[in-house]
Amino acid sequence: MTPKDRIAARAAKELMDGDIVNLGIGLPTQIPQYLPPDVEITLQSENGFLGLGPLDGTPVQNLVNAGGNPCGISPGAAFFDSAMSFALIRGGHIDVTILGGLQVDQHGNLANWKVPGKMVPGMGGAMDLVTGARKVIVVMEHCAKDGSPKILDRCSLPLTALAKVHRIITELAVFDIQDDKLILQEIAPDLSIESLAQKTGATFVISNTLAEMIQGAST
Amino acid sequence: MTKDKSISGHDLKHRFHDGVRILYGGFMGCGTPDKIIHLILDSGAKNLTIIGNDTAFPDTGVGKLIAAGRVQKVIASHIGTNPMTGQMMIDGKLEVELIPQGTLVERIRCGGAGLGGVLTPTGIGTEVEIGKTKISFDDVEYLVERPLRADIAIVLAQHGDRAGNLSYQRAARNFNPIIALAADFVVAEIVELQEDSYLDPDTVMTPGALVDAYITSES
Repeated sequence: MTPKDRIAARAAKELMDGDIVNLGIGLPTQIPQYLPPDVEITLQSENGFLGLGPLDGTPVQNLVNAGGNPCGISPGAAFFDSAMSFALIRGGHIDVTILGGLQVDQHGNLANWKVPGKMVPGMGGAMDLVTGARKVIVVMEHCAKDGSPKILDRCSLPLTALAKVHRIITELAVFDIQDDKLILQEIAPDLSIESLAQKTGATFVISNTLAEMIQGAST
Repeated sequence: MTKDKSISGHDLKHRFHDGVRILYGGFMGCGTPDKIIHLILDSGAKNLTIIGNDTAFPDTGVGKLIAAGRVQKVIASHIGTNPMTGQMMIDGKLEVELIPQGTLVERIRCGGAGLGGVLTPTGIGTEVEIGKTKISFDDVEYLVERPLRADIAIVLAQHGDRAGNLSYQRAARNFNPIIALAADFVVAEIVELQEDSYLDPDTVMTPGALVDAYITSES
C-alpha cells in the first residue's frame, strides 16, 4: 500500500453506518473503497445531490460529480439546487467532511485553497464545508514534498476556516485537536515518538490511550 | 392563454452589449446553456462581467468566452479547472473575484428575493472577511454578505413550455433556479420544449413568471 492508500484506509474507519458525508477531491475520494460491507454511508456532492456513487458503465447525461467528472448515483439519491446543497452543508446536515490540506495547525485552523503567487484555484465549497460540517477530518501526507512539516503551530498560508478541524490523519499518525492542542492518538508501527516529533511542526500531547495505527483495510 | 416567450437567436444576440453583467448556470459546464454561449460569442460583446460557480474548462461552458477574450471580470468560487482563467488573471488581462460557493449562491438568492443580505459564518477568520461587516448573535460571529444581481441571467433547462416554466435534469440544476431570480432579463435555453401543452405544475422548478424569454437548443 502506498502512503495515500494507508491514509484512505485509516480514514474509512471514521465513518459510521448511516453517516451523510462529503469528501473533498483527490485522496478523500479513495476512502469509500475501504469501507467494510456493513457500513453504508450517503455521499453528498456539492454541485447538487445526495447519493453520489461510482460511474457505472457509460456516462449519463448531466450527471457529474463536483470535479466535473461523470459519476453514478446510489439508490435513493436526490437532486437539488446549489442553495439547498449549501443549506445542507452550513446547516449541520452533513455528519462528516473529509478533505485534503496544505497546512493544519494545533488550533484547528486549516489552509487548503491558496498559495499566494503560485496557486489560486479558489475555495469552491471548502470554506462552507469546513465551517458547517459536524465533524471535520483532514487527510494528508505528513510532510510536503520538500520534507517540510504540514502540521504546524500556526498556519502560514491563507486560512480556509478558523478552528474547525477535529482530527488529522496522515500516513504516520492520527491527531485530535482539543483546546488548541494536538493530541497524538495513534502512531504508525515502528515509528518512534521522537522521529514523529521531528516531522511535525508543532508540539503535541500524547494521549494516555495512544494506539498503534492499524495498517490496511479492516477486512 | 399565456404569451409565448420565444425569442429568436437574432433578437437575443442584440441583448448582449459590451460591459453587460451576466449570471450563468452550470457547474464545470454541466448546466450551462451552450447555444446561448455561442450567441454571446457571435454578438461580439466584450468586457463582460460573468458571475457563476466556476469557469469550467477552456473549451467548455463559459470557458469559451474567457478563451475568446470577451470577459473583463469573473465572479466565481473556483477557477482551478480552467488554467486559462488563472493565466489571464496573472497576466493582468482578467479580474477574478473569488467567493465561497455557499456564500455566492446565497448572495444571488438575496439579490433575487428582495433581501438586503445574508449572515453567514463562512469566511470568518479568513481573508474573505476583509472589508466586511461582522455581527455576533448568541456568541456566533457572522459576515454580512450583500446581494448580487446581474443584467442578464442565462439558464439551461431540460424541459420547458411556452410560458417559460422550467425543470432541470440531474446535476444540471445547480445554480440555474437561483440565477433565474436575480437578473433584469432572464433567458432560458430549453432542451426539450413542450410545444402543445404546459409542464405539469407539480414538476415546475422555475415558474415561468421569472423567465422573460426562451430559445430551444435545437432551433
